Amino acid sequence: MGSRKSSARLQARREGHGSTSPGTLTISDCKRMYRALWRIRIFESQVQRLAAAGEVPGFPHLSSGQEAVAVGVCAHLTREDALFTSHRGHGHVLAKGSDLEAAFAEILGRESGLCRGRGGSMHLVDAANGVLGATGVVAGNLSLAAGAAWAAQARGEKSISVVFFGDGATGAGAFHETLNLASLWKLPLLLVCENNGYAEFTSREEHSKVMQVSAFAAPYGMAARTIDGNDLLAVHAAAGEAIAGLRRGEGPYLLECMTYRMAGHFVGDAQHYRSKEEIAAVKEKCPIERLKRYLIGRAVAESELETIAGDARQEVGQAVERARAAPRPDPARVLDYVYSSPALAATEGCG
Amino acid sequence: MSQTFIEILRRALDEELARDPAVHLLGEDVAAGGAFGVTRGLAEKHGSPRVRNTPISESAMAGVATGAALRGLRPVLEIMFIDFLTLALDCLVNQSAKYRYMSGGQLAVPMVVRTQAGAAGGAAAQHSQSLEAWLIHVPGLVVVAPSSPVEAYGLLKSAIRLGDPVLFIEHKRLYAMKEALPADVQLPQIGTARVARAGDDVTVIAYSAMVRNALEAAAELARGGISVEVIDLRTLVPLDMASIAASVSKTHRVVVAHEAVRNAGVGAEIAARIGSELFDELDAPVARVACPFAPIPFAPELERALLPGTADIVHAVRALPG
Repeated sequence: MGSRKSSARLQARREGHGSTSPGTLTISDCKRMYRALWRIRIFESQVQRLAAAGEVPGFPHLSSGQEAVAVGVCAHLTREDALFTSHRGHGHVLAKGSDLEAAFAEILGRESGLCRGRGGSMHLVDAANGVLGATGVVAGNLSLAAGAAWAAQARGEKSISVVFFGDGATGAGAFHETLNLASLWKLPLLLVCENNGYAEFTSREEHSKVMQVSAFAAPYGMAARTIDGNDLLAVHAAAGEAIAGLRRGEGPYLLECMTYRMAGHFVGDAQHYRSKEEIAAVKEKCPIERLKRYLIGRAVAESELETIAGDARQEVGQAVERARAAPRPDPARVLDYVYSSPALAATEGCG
Repeated sequence: MSQTFIEILRRALDEELARDPAVHLLGEDVAAGGAFGVTRGLAEKHGSPRVRNTPISESAMAGVATGAALRGLRPVLEIMFIDFLTLALDCLVNQSAKYRYMSGGQLAVPMVVRTQAGAAGGAAAQHSQSLEAWLIHVPGLVVVAPSSPVEAYGLLKSAIRLGDPVLFIEHKRLYAMKEALPADVQLPQIGTARVARAGDDVTVIAYSAMVRNALEAAAELARGGISVEVIDLRTLVPLDMASIAASVSKTHRVVVAHEAVRNAGVGAEIAARIGSELFDELDAPVARVACPFAPIPFAPELERALLPGTADIVHAVRALPG
């Protein structure tokens, strides 16, 4: 630690390319990711619609506007890589490749959902796909992701661990403890901060003097970079570079993606804390619009992009309808899955 | 050859590290032996990647252990004092305990959190608490509180092999206690109490260090002609009501003894269970011996004045009506 060589490496990684060049992405890759962005956007709009209609229990948190971060990062992950996310995690789960219908069924609380209706919107898990959890406690998953990274390191596996969190997480001690420990142990951990400018209802200016989350990395000896998180190509390039470093065993990386939460904190949030002008500027920042402009500039026909969006809409719509028709959990099974065996669960008597 | 509680814990950990490559130890100073020497020599023997020091970051430590358990390791985390467990509770309560349930059975957290509790020797209010009642209130956690070195050996091994998050609470007053490990020691099933001393007139239910006091009280009461059966719960979750019922159905009188405060303590739960499930068996109300509702003081005479002990159990048994 602290050697001239590693400092030079850190510096180099911090500066990165600073480029939004598409790198190895082909136009065909971009179109596929364009569809992936739309799948998430439409999924979230369906959650919003059905939540308003009273079909979604609880209070889901939407990631609309932040899709490029999910898609750009997850493009580099395999099923063996671990993914942890926050309460605003639908997009990450879909981008990692989990099944649309099973994810939506979980948000509706159905037996066919990813977690058999026991988890819900804030606790999506798809273990077979490496989606190891989402937490409703801000910053609560950072250390778990470090633990998964440690397990991979301990067994000499090449898989990495990625955790998504919002800028509000920097207020929590768990954020700082995890950065320190992950750096100390040189864990294969990618910390992706989606800096959407708000910690729930409070703007960053009101909750921290440190405006860039990436600034927290250097004191812990960790490489980091801040990028435009609404530029899919920039996210893809930066995440690719960071993840390649992780796979080479270079230690953890903090990737701060500046983005914008188009939705409120939760479905139904009246958003009194935002000005009309701010909400009006949303379209300009939209990652889907930006990728669309890029592709049109690369001679892709607008009609083709409309077809891609239409296909995504149809795919999501069909999955949602199947999820809505899926059976609800059996109340008689409410005590399943508390412990590893019924003998342990027998602790409670008839009282 | 008799060994102390600390030595016998070390032996159990050593054997589990050798048995299963998934077992990893982590905690503050554990590679150097830990604050109480439980892990002394294990890093040298099994390698520092498997016996790993952490920063003083209880919140992250609990998360790291949980995340590693999700990926198939069997971490044994040492939290130096149960008083510091407060810093790890978000993870333990909100995550570790609920993972199996929230994931609909997809994932499990097979990990052990070893921690050290109880009052002795002027450790004062922030290094002496008995906080087990908080933990038994959380579905998904298993709570183990051994009463002797031999018990600790078997229970720790069983805990490490379990597929659930286990809080393993060691009482600091037991650390110097010595016992010889029998050659044919059986690993107890988690969730089974044991009869530490058989008797006919009164059942004293205890766990952790208070079992020693219960046995001393039983010996003293025997001299006065009162035959006391001592139940060592061993695990607080699961609670072995069958063993409690078997004893109460014989003695019809019960004293529950613990070092933690009486208010909403483990004893309250047990008394309620006995009252509702075994009401017809009772010849007297269930009595509780516990700590008065105050922090643990520093001065030795104040510490002695506050802590419940053998004399309190003797008094409680003698005071039972009938």
